[in-house]
Amino acid sequence: MTTSEGGGAHAAPPPPPVHQRSRREDLELFSSRVPFALKLVAVWVAILGSLVALFAAAGFDTAWMRDHAGFIARGVTWTIVIAACAIVLACILALLGALGRLSRNPVAVGLTSFYTSFFRGTPLIVQLFLIYLALPQIGIALGAPWDDVLTLDVLTAGIIALGLNYGAYMTEIFRAGIQSVGHGQSEAAEALGMTYSQKMRRVVIPQAVRVIIPPAGNEFIAMLKDTALVSFLGVSIERMEIFRRAQLAGRRDFRNLEALIVAALIYWGLTTIFQYFQLRLERRLSKGYVRGTAGVAVAGERRAPGTEKR
Amino acid sequence: MTSTLDDHADVRVHGLWKSFSGHEVLRGIDLEIDGGDVVVVFGRSGSGKSTLLRCINFLEEPTEGTIEVAGIRVEGGGHRTRRKREQIRQLRIRTGMVFQDFNLFPHLTALENVIEGLVTVLRRPRREAELAGRELLELVGLPEKAESFPIQLSGGQQQRIAIARALAMNPRVMLFDEPTSALDPELIGEVLGVMRRLAKELHMTMLVVTHEMGFAREVASRMVFMSDGQIIEEGPPAQVLGDPQRPETRRFLQAVL
Repeated sequence: MTTSEGGGAHAAPPPPPVHQRSRREDLELFSSRVPFALKLVAVWVAILGSLVALFAAAGFDTAWMRDHAGFIARGVTWTIVIAACAIVLACILALLGALGRLSRNPVAVGLTSFYTSFFRGTPLIVQLFLIYLALPQIGIALGAPWDDVLTLDVLTAGIIALGLNYGAYMTEIFRAGIQSVGHGQSEAAEALGMTYSQKMRRVVIPQAVRVIIPPAGNEFIAMLKDTALVSFLGVSIERMEIFRRAQLAGRRDFRNLEALIVAALIYWGLTTIFQYFQLRLERRLSKGYVRGTAGVAVAGERRAPGTEKR
Repeated sequence: MTSTLDDHADVRVHGLWKSFSGHEVLRGIDLEIDGGDVVVVFGRSGSGKSTLLRCINFLEEPTEGTIEVAGIRVEGGGHRTRRKREQIRQLRIRTGMVFQDFNLFPHLTALENVIEGLVTVLRRPRREAELAGRELLELVGLPEKAESFPIQLSGGQQQRIAIARALAMNPRVMLFDEPTSALDPELIGEVLGVMRRLAKELHMTMLVVTHEMGFAREVASRMVFMSDGQIIEEGPPAQVLGDPQRPETRRFLQAVL
């Protein structure tokens, strides 16, 4: 408490105003004693409560939901199958894409830059239809056996489109992962006389995997949701994923609100579950090292204090 | 030097020039190392010592000049064709390299690090490689660390594992690029101890870039002083250290000793 202005200010500082607690202040003090987590739960409960009230006002048919939840939930299998197949395809493409982008071969660079540019530069839904509807047209023009080969069923077309699209985005993730492995590692591998592919397989990629897995997990979760787009390709009676089933059931009985809420809840549950595993995986990976090609066995332990300077 | 007995030289560097974007780092290096010789290269930082080492196993492509290791002769400069890449690989297989900052593979245990070259490059059966690997860990004094990961080891231990990894390939020459420069002072001795053993017991041909003049005096068969990308003085340690001829050498030694 110093007088900041100069001059001969000899006057005593004004006395602090007599303190009187207002009601607002009481509330603040009370609030400060409530744990943050409890408040958070209260906010969530309030949001969900309002939504339920809103839906009730809209004539929400809970009995219908109960009856049809099973039908819609049976789509989970196909949703996961589509996402799992597509993520495998995407990872393969992303690895090839990343190696291509990092190579000095003009053909490889050209192919991969064309691939990533096209599939990142066009809407996923357009790609889905291109592969499902436009490829057969090319197939017919080319004649046998291409007319058969290029005419894909809904699921295959969906998997290929999702895989191509996500592979293009994940190319960047893989490229960054590979580049995160220090140059010294490459030199050590080369100094041993390794070829490029030995170096990649034995030294660089096993270390890059550790960096790649967390963001790749995120892509998988995003893809779980994008599988819903496959339903736009039309009906494939037995192999309907979640959203397709929700649409079907909802339209038939004019219970779209209920059906779509069920579908949304299922997607939400799925992503939450996978996010939980993703978090655990990330924690594990941050502690130790990914070992070899096996993937995720954690081997390193926390290092002893003051051992070295890496 | 025994330049007439050409066949005995393990390493031969001829007319080596290296420039990085116009800046000449090496300016005409000629160097021969006979089997069993330990050559210590020293000089101020920026004199080109490390670049010389890195050109020998083509971690840097020489701008000009010829490198020969164990009879495998590779021309520097020009495009790395498939044929040239294979020649370089063959040369590297016969050349062990120890880096300043170890560069162990962090995802592999000490033993796996040591046998990686044997298994992947030389395609030895894993069992056999592991036996050889354990012997090498014994040689560098770390048999009990076989299952440890690099991150669990001290810098000195890591560097000894790195030496074992290079030795596993049974190279004709070992290149050491400032192997103790990244170490805490109390850990330098154990690494130099291993290197001393390699020289004296295994009669390994070695080319060592180092500032450890005590080690050089004791182990080197020849010392090479580099300045501005050239070798300006060389000879046995007693002569180079005791009676340096060039003022640059004298000034450098006064500064470090």
